[in-house]
Amino acid sequence: MAEMTMIQAITDALRTELKNDDNVLVFGEDVGQNGGVFRATEGLQDEFGEERVFDTPLAESGIIGMSVGLSTQGYRPVPEIQFFGFVFEAMDAVVGQSARMRYRSGGRWHAPITIRSPFGGGVHTPELHADSLEGFMTQAPGLRVVIPSGPYDAKGLLISSIRNNDPVIFLEHMKLYRSFREEVPEDEYTIDLDKANVVRKGTDMTLVAYGAMVHSSIKAAEELEEEGISCEVIDLRTVSPIDIDTILESVKKTNRAVVVQEAQRQAGVAAGIVAEIQERAILHLEAPVFRVTAPDTVYPFSQAEEVWLPDHQDIKEKVKESMNF
Amino acid sequence: MVFKSPVEGIEEKFEMIQILNEDGKIVNEDAMPDLSDDDLVELMRRMVYTRVLDQRSIALNRQGRLGFYAPTAGQEASQLGSQFALEQDDFILPGYRDVPQLIWQGLPLYQAFLFSRGHYHGNQMPEDVQALSPQIIIGAQITQAAGVALGMKRRGKKNVAITYTGDGGASQGDFYEGVNFAGAYQAPAIFIVQNNRFAISVPVEKQSAAKTIAQKSVAMGIPGFLVDGMDVLAVYKVVQEARERAVNGDGPTLIETLTYRYGPHTMAGDDPTRYRTEDMDSEWEKKDPIVRFRKFLEDKGLWSEEKENEVMEKAKEEIKTAIKKADKQEKQSVTELISIMHEELPVNLKEQMEEYKEKESK
Repeated sequence: MAEMTMIQAITDALRTELKNDDNVLVFGEDVGQNGGVFRATEGLQDEFGEERVFDTPLAESGIIGMSVGLSTQGYRPVPEIQFFGFVFEAMDAVVGQSARMRYRSGGRWHAPITIRSPFGGGVHTPELHADSLEGFMTQAPGLRVVIPSGPYDAKGLLISSIRNNDPVIFLEHMKLYRSFREEVPEDEYTIDLDKANVVRKGTDMTLVAYGAMVHSSIKAAEELEEEGISCEVIDLRTVSPIDIDTILESVKKTNRAVVVQEAQRQAGVAAGIVAEIQERAILHLEAPVFRVTAPDTVYPFSQAEEVWLPDHQDIKEKVKESMNF
Repeated sequence: MVFKSPVEGIEEKFEMIQILNEDGKIVNEDAMPDLSDDDLVELMRRMVYTRVLDQRSIALNRQGRLGFYAPTAGQEASQLGSQFALEQDDFILPGYRDVPQLIWQGLPLYQAFLFSRGHYHGNQMPEDVQALSPQIIIGAQITQAAGVALGMKRRGKKNVAITYTGDGGASQGDFYEGVNFAGAYQAPAIFIVQNNRFAISVPVEKQSAAKTIAQKSVAMGIPGFLVDGMDVLAVYKVVQEARERAVNGDGPTLIETLTYRYGPHTMAGDDPTRYRTEDMDSEWEKKDPIVRFRKFLEDKGLWSEEKENEVMEKAKEEIKTAIKKADKQEKQSVTELISIMHEELPVNLKEQMEEYKEKESK
């Protein structure tokens, strides 16, 4: 076991799969010699050569379109979108093309593409770097959307994503890249896609979160514990599809839920979860299912970031609102 | 002005390549492709057959028996001359009008009809046909072609990826990205732009300040050619040379074929009289690819009216059989749709599968 940051765990996962399968190709803007702007691909070109790990021209639609083409030749592309805000440049290639490849061809072709990309707020980036755009992706049939909350999960989930024979959007929260270390096995291991993880047990309240908000939720839960409120925290790990069974099992026990997302309130992952809970478990509920989200503005310039982003205080308040309902 | 653009007049360098003129005479003997008499006859057979298929498809559409259809008449030389230069393991990424290339590469006719009728089996290429189904989003196939070609290069295959779009497609960002990627990786790709003068209704002159689309190859650093798209011999020859360069490791080629679609953009209500004149139609009909190739073959004693009628009758008969077969195809179900979305069904679709199994068993 080694202590790794999330970025190191991601590099380790890429190395593992580059070693395991000759068909795995890692590419994108600056991922070659430079090792990626966050060093996610550090050293991989030296280790595996330019045939396997390579730079592309600066064009997101080209990168994902090329990935679709490479899939037909038996490759397993792992392209990087340098920041997920840039995915708008490639929306057709992702949603209109990759996601539909298996269906459109009646199964003749498929697209085992894992699109890795940094996202998430709190690191003072320029515009369109930090936005939480997973909601757009979760509305696209044919895609899986995976968001790890830490180093251990990142490695296991990334390996599973790369091995999956359909396209996966793998979103890496920038704030988690180097904020803490975790024990990560050096050997290969996988974590099931489509399955949530109960990261904290509790009896009074179910907190559902993903990415960086898992940590805010845990912090809120720890502080609430001292006030006598016991929160169960569920880390979704995969936000499309939603592992609704794990959520329901918890809600049927706690009878209350707050769904937390860093993204804006309208539509999105949390809205979908709230709908599913009320449809499937309304008689178990003691209070409405609340959401903690960012407001419905564009992602702010960095000076307003701190207030704009939901935090553990917001979560605590919403939990209390639910408890007092 | 002190500075003069170094590429001023560049379009003059892109002279239209022609081998067979409108009168069916060879005007460029040196460029004559190395095709046997049988090959020449086969090319003619395919063009005549495809013209009949187009006429029948339009009729079927009007009877409400076909569905989506994009007419092909006028573009036979561009479509079939280029396809004739391919090997069986070359990879085609067609636009929505490029169904004939798929058919001659081996897509059974009844499946082409199923594509029109909105059944996924129409998109299911047979094992020996390396192709994607016709792309609907203009230009999306161009970046994919760069990827297919790069993959072939990495695998050491001696094959090419060939992709088709129209003059409208050459305005898309994906056109520039795809062609540029292939150039950057020296990937074995052939980009064919069938310039039929109109992006639905917008004339090519209003789409770009560039006088030709071929000259855009200069910016991408790859060879580019402007070809008479009504001359099947010229199209064949230029594509065949592009293919040779590609498999020899010399990278991609951009080819603009000057052509014309006689019919509407699609059969879904487009009215070409709103943007084309009868004069323009008749001017292009004089350039017809079949008319000039017929003259050429008749002069060589390789073709006759009798032979042409034979081909047309055979085509009609095969079309009839194929339509009957397409009629027998069971309607596509939602449960089938669900089952081919993913390799491993996600939990939401597992649930919805049960729902639709019940719904569709009623």
